[in-house]
Amino acid sequence: MTVRSIKELIESWPAERIIEAFDAVTEERVLVAIGNEQRDVYDLVALLSPKAWPHLERIAMRSQAGTRRYFGRTIGQYAPIYLSNLCAADCIYCGFAAQSGNTERRKTLSMDELEVECKALTSQGLQSLLIVTGEAPKKVDVHRIAEAVRVARRHFPSVSVEIYALDDAGYEVLVEAGVEGVTLYMETYHRPTYQQVHLLGEKTVYDYRLDALTRAGRAGVRRLNLGALLGLYDWRAEVVWAALHAKALQKTCWQSAVSLSFPRLRHTPERFEIPSPVDDRSFVQLMLALRLFLPEVGFNLSTREPPALRDRLIPLGITMMSAGSSTRPGGYASTGEETLQQFALEDTRSPAEVAQAVRRAGYEPVWKDFDEAFHSS
Amino acid sequence: MTEAKPDALVIAGRTFRSRLMVGTGKFPSSQALMETLTACDAEIVTVALRRVDLSKPTTDSIMRAIDRERHLLLPNTSGARNADEAVRLARMARAAGLEPWVKLEITPEPRYLIPDPIETLRATERLVAEGFIVLPYMQADPLLAKRLEEAGAATVMPLGAPIGSNRGIKTREMILIIIEQSNIPVVIDAGLGAPSHVAEAMEMGADAVLMNTALADARDHRGMGEAVALAIRAGRLAYLSGLGPVRELAAASSPLTGFLS
Repeated sequence: MTVRSIKELIESWPAERIIEAFDAVTEERVLVAIGNEQRDVYDLVALLSPKAWPHLERIAMRSQAGTRRYFGRTIGQYAPIYLSNLCAADCIYCGFAAQSGNTERRKTLSMDELEVECKALTSQGLQSLLIVTGEAPKKVDVHRIAEAVRVARRHFPSVSVEIYALDDAGYEVLVEAGVEGVTLYMETYHRPTYQQVHLLGEKTVYDYRLDALTRAGRAGVRRLNLGALLGLYDWRAEVVWAALHAKALQKTCWQSAVSLSFPRLRHTPERFEIPSPVDDRSFVQLMLALRLFLPEVGFNLSTREPPALRDRLIPLGITMMSAGSSTRPGGYASTGEETLQQFALEDTRSPAEVAQAVRRAGYEPVWKDFDEAFHSS
Repeated sequence: MTEAKPDALVIAGRTFRSRLMVGTGKFPSSQALMETLTACDAEIVTVALRRVDLSKPTTDSIMRAIDRERHLLLPNTSGARNADEAVRLARMARAAGLEPWVKLEITPEPRYLIPDPIETLRATERLVAEGFIVLPYMQADPLLAKRLEEAGAATVMPLGAPIGSNRGIKTREMILIIIEQSNIPVVIDAGLGAPSHVAEAMEMGADAVLMNTALADARDHRGMGEAVALAIRAGRLAYLSGLGPVRELAAASSPLTGFLS
């Protein structure tokens, strides 16, 4: 395939074409997809189809073997720190939304407060950090985030961010500050749905967000983590688009490691009902199908999911898990302030308890997977 | 007992009984790694500097599996994207008290982890000048092997297939040329997924092999460790004993040149 923009690539697979491809899947085609050494989009579609249900166990075995061969029997451990819950966007599914009725309990951590939060996490053994903010580019600008990254690097060998989309110069500032990875979810790749659920701020610009990870990779970010917020639109189509996005990033940003997350809407603000809920069976199926399609892509699993499900997903293809997370600023060493949280967590176990579950599943928890020596400054 | 006996491996003047190097990154536990190391009898054990905490050798799960009396701890620069990063990692390891040996890995592309020939050569030159004993991971490129040898590398470590692929020696033709031309030990690194691949490497005349995935992913770590040790011994003995030639063509029943006699 020649180089195409991600926009062109996504647009070459409109929802109608994906539906057509799903309608054409036979059980025979599923078996071909399982057996193939190299898999294309039609193989992915077959593996995602209801026709694959009778073969889920075989797909799971492939997924497990492939993941172990490439990543080993290890699971990376990380946790987020919410630097700020200020938000100028209005994403109708999110607890941080400007119009969610929560004007109180907004906070941005001072650098001193950030240090306290960092220490609270490192004292539990964590060495990989994800700094998270809301969508408030004016009040929490990129220089503030870069400063937070520098502070956090005193405590963590690896610091990544999950923040609003930046321009090229913005990502360069973060790389200079020593960011290893950028997580940015498209939320939904379906343009009409995107416009319906994102009502305010820069985030309303679909194309700017779609190209954000390409800009991050171009600026030298080593890890690019993407995903669709499952539940906003038909999950099978979202998975196809996210997979295309991942493939395109692997080609364009060939020096960056691409990984995927599977954020699934479970608890939403009262005003919002989940349009296309994803049940556990579908959740597992999409993860397995993606593993067969993208054998060298890391899979992250957050504490949005409950412990029982998380533990069972460890041997199926997961490579990174967050642990002991809080989704509110100051959540680890709180002074008692009940700041607004982004979403409710299902897995409230400590990092030590999650690590124990990882070991019980026959995997080694990996705390450190990056080093200060990789930074030139 | 046969006449030929497995002989020792010498790298940079240091003698090793075992011709197996073990990578440590993919094991399910410290215990599994220890069992493997005991069973396969490896002496050279490589660890990714990005993974280990050199300041905490007793609590780090990889470090505590390695017996520094029995094993040479060979730090590697896995994750480095260029010569600068690799050199910084190597210096850091030496500063932390490790011996000045380094397995040089520079893989700017994180998916297939193909080694960068240009940066690898640059880093080798710099690290050799700083007194390191350098074992570079490289593409199976005979010319690059000579260039690295001239730059002062202690071994060359060409890949058999992409890391973690378990596909065996897919670069066979190039590796045969490297072995034929090399004045330093040739270690086949990456892609070896079974004891038979290891035996093949040794039969080809490789001086040593490096293995990780196949050992780490075994159901029985002791069993696989022992199997690999036996494969090395078998392959080396076969090489030393002289393998019979492989017939290129079946002998024709009516020889094409029969009219000459």
